[in-house]
Amino acid sequence: MTMLARMAFVAMLAAIVSPAFAIDPLPFADRAQEQRFQDLARELRCLVCQNENLADSHAPLAKDLREQVFEQMQAGKSDAQIKEWLTDRYSEFMLYDPPLRGGTLLLWFGPFVLLLIGTVVVAMIVRRRSRGLTRTTEPNQSISDEDWT
Amino acid sequence: MKLSRLLPFFGLVALVALFGFGIRWNMHHDQREVLSPLIGKPAPQFSLPVFGETSRKYGNVDLKGKPYLINVFASWCVACRDEHPLLMAEGARLGVPLVGLNYKDEPADAQRWLAQFGNPYDTVIVDYDGRAAIDFGVYGAPETFLVDAAGIIRYKRIGPITPDALRDELLPAIAAAKAAP
Repeated sequence: MTMLARMAFVAMLAAIVSPAFAIDPLPFADRAQEQRFQDLARELRCLVCQNENLADSHAPLAKDLREQVFEQMQAGKSDAQIKEWLTDRYSEFMLYDPPLRGGTLLLWFGPFVLLLIGTVVVAMIVRRRSRGLTRTTEPNQSISDEDWT
Repeated sequence: MKLSRLLPFFGLVALVALFGFGIRWNMHHDQREVLSPLIGKPAPQFSLPVFGETSRKYGNVDLKGKPYLINVFASWCVACRDEHPLLMAEGARLGVPLVGLNYKDEPADAQRWLAQFGNPYDTVIVDYDGRAAIDFGVYGAPETFLVDAAGIIRYKRIGPITPDALRDELLPAIAAAKAAP
């Protein structure tokens, strides 16, 4: 079998066998721990392929980091401790939910500020238009071209 | 003309400016580059087998008290191959020890790679399972770290060292690290 065909075959097998994630067969203590691991890995970014999370990524580094996360879970570390361990090395860019503080305020609230600005602008336009409508219904009101000059 | 009539135009100008800024920014910054939180912090402790002499360990302890460079490389790393000629040409002139960290590589492959392209390193250490590299926050070889005499990481380069990066970033950083007591 050629290399390409073999790779395609493996990819096909992987697609059938693993439902959604690139998780390696790790010996979890129980179902709850596995779920905790999956949830945590989904919140972490893979730095090699930055649009993938740690749970989905097939990058070798992602596999290594999953093993680290698993080992630290076995050692009884909390999710927060594991995240801290990772961000100490790979920065907060690892976290899909960055912590709320000075530098990330814009990230968290920027969209709402933009929405607010948009709402205010629309409200202003609507108000001005409706005022204009009542004015043009007044008698002896000629259309002025002052706006255009 | 009423100023309010011009508002949409100003809005457009602002958007075009933002767009232009975004394009310019991306031309000069690699989006994939993540600023290391380790810069300005002590280099992580490491003690790894020396390449070819697996019984001997080499680590921070051996490098204490002088600035040094760690260059993360692997035979499977294509960009390392691009960087390699520069290390061969300039490595000896950097004025600091250049430690090669062979990252997740098969010894035989690394041996062949160094034999074929040359060995610019003063010492090559082996990180077979990639754990020491994780402590350094390595995510894309080649990566280069400058550690000063006090053991603090002063500079990190992600990706191959280019002649520009050598002249504008690495050499000044080395000079600063050497000037520090």
